[in-house]
Amino acid sequence: MSGSHVPENQSASKTQRRVPLVVWQLLLLLALLLFWHGMTEPGLIPPMMFDNDRQAAFFFGQPHMVAQRIWAWFVTDADIYRHLRVTLTETILAFLIGAASGLGGGLWLALSPRMSQVLEPYIKAFNAMPRIILAPIFGVWFGLGMGSKVALGVTLVFFVVFFNVYQGVKEVSPVVLANARMLGASGRQLLRYVYLPSATSWVFSSLHTSVGLAFVGAVVGEYLGSSQGVGYLILQAEGSFDINTVMAGIVVLTMFALVLDSLVGRIEKRLMKWQPKAGETEKL
Amino acid sequence: MAAAIELRSVACTFVSKDAPGQRYTAVQDVSLTVGDGEFVSVVGPTGCGKSTLLNVAAGLLQPSQGEVRVFGEVLEGLNRRAGYMFQTDSLMPWRSARDNVLAGLQFRGLPMAQAQAQADDWLRRVGLGSFGDRYPHQLSGGMRKRASLAQTLVMDPDIILMDEPFSALDIQTRQLMENEVLALWQSRRKAVLFITHDLDEAIAMSDRVIILSAGPASHPIGEFAIDLPRPRDVAEVKMTPEFARLHRAIWAVLRDEVLKGYQQQLQAA
Repeated sequence: MSGSHVPENQSASKTQRRVPLVVWQLLLLLALLLFWHGMTEPGLIPPMMFDNDRQAAFFFGQPHMVAQRIWAWFVTDADIYRHLRVTLTETILAFLIGAASGLGGGLWLALSPRMSQVLEPYIKAFNAMPRIILAPIFGVWFGLGMGSKVALGVTLVFFVVFFNVYQGVKEVSPVVLANARMLGASGRQLLRYVYLPSATSWVFSSLHTSVGLAFVGAVVGEYLGSSQGVGYLILQAEGSFDINTVMAGIVVLTMFALVLDSLVGRIEKRLMKWQPKAGETEKL
Repeated sequence: MAAAIELRSVACTFVSKDAPGQRYTAVQDVSLTVGDGEFVSVVGPTGCGKSTLLNVAAGLLQPSQGEVRVFGEVLEGLNRRAGYMFQTDSLMPWRSARDNVLAGLQFRGLPMAQAQAQADDWLRRVGLGSFGDRYPHQLSGGMRKRASLAQTLVMDPDIILMDEPFSALDIQTRQLMENEVLALWQSRRKAVLFITHDLDEAIAMSDRVIILSAGPASHPIGEFAIDLPRPRDVAEVKMTPEFARLHRAIWAVLRDEVLKGYQQQLQAA
């Protein structure tokens, strides 16, 4: 952790500060779970909001029941993997298609100003529109399978990437551009060696947001009508007022959103190593 | 033999995008030549349109009036025989130093192995032999300038355009770079059009110094042949009495323009 050149007391204070942070975070989680348990466990405290002491558990679920549910999904019944696979496939497809088309569209419009002027009001309108509302239409168009969920995710991801790439191309340093032209780059070479790498960095800066949105598109799509996926599980549970399963579904989704996000962080770190990071810049 | 660069009564007028009535004439009636293998500096007060002239010579900017000839031929589009060293950072930040240096060769369609070999050779020549894998943000300002220099010279252009290339460097690094550029120029004898606001630098490096008047509508108001012996060391040549004599003579012309330019800046502010 600490280099050998760091004075003893300084490294000590560093570790002292680092360990309690995790402890504090875990304590907070524990406190929340205890509070949840205390408020919902029948007979533990007299009911305040409800007529009898079973209703709190009915409306809010109970942490140990949620944990049981998750355990059953992943270990004893092991029946969630099929649904997870569907949701993740939808997410990844939505992300890839949305990012690729956003990249292409952003590059195209940024490089042909006439076209972007013509399309500007439509793009604005389409971006301002609450696109989640397209989900039922996609359901009709693409059926209740994966297609409609991917389509919804794509409309969400597309605009984030599109606007970032558009901005990225517009903000390519004019000096770098002039330099590449003086070095003999043709129009196509400018696109490939200057605009594209420059725009890619903007795509990556929007990657965390767009992966999250692809996930949202998949889950919301499933929630609105499907026969498999984690969103479908939640919908089923809600239909039978099984709040514990709903909560378990939310927890699982959150976990996977975190996993996806850290995955993106890793890819970004590898591909964007040319970008200066604070404190890493070396002056020689 | 035709001059490497010849500007014939060039004028550049910029029209404000927001208010088409507003015009600004940066340079007017500029005629100048740079002979083949000649090192010519253009000196002038800040904001006098020195960079505009260079962009015209590079073909990045179309003059409103007049014409540019490159080795006797009228220039249309980019000046393919020129290499341009910009004032500000022009390296592609997503490419390592080596990949930046070989960019021009790559655009030209040279096989990658050959391009890499040439790039490495030039990196060594500018003293960056072991820094090829670094990205621009990992290099110091002086090293980035060296990489830019290598990037320009690896293309072996007949004309080198330089826009205050060392103005952002500290004085020691700057003298080192100036000497390196002179040594490289001495061995290859390209035509150089060098823009600077630093009269010392201009005299120490050039065969000829052209003085530009304060803007707007700046134009050459003086021209001095620098007959100091070569090869020169930029630090040592400044100690010689001939240098002092030239400096006095040129500064006498330049001083009024610098004051004028300064006054205009004050009024504009």
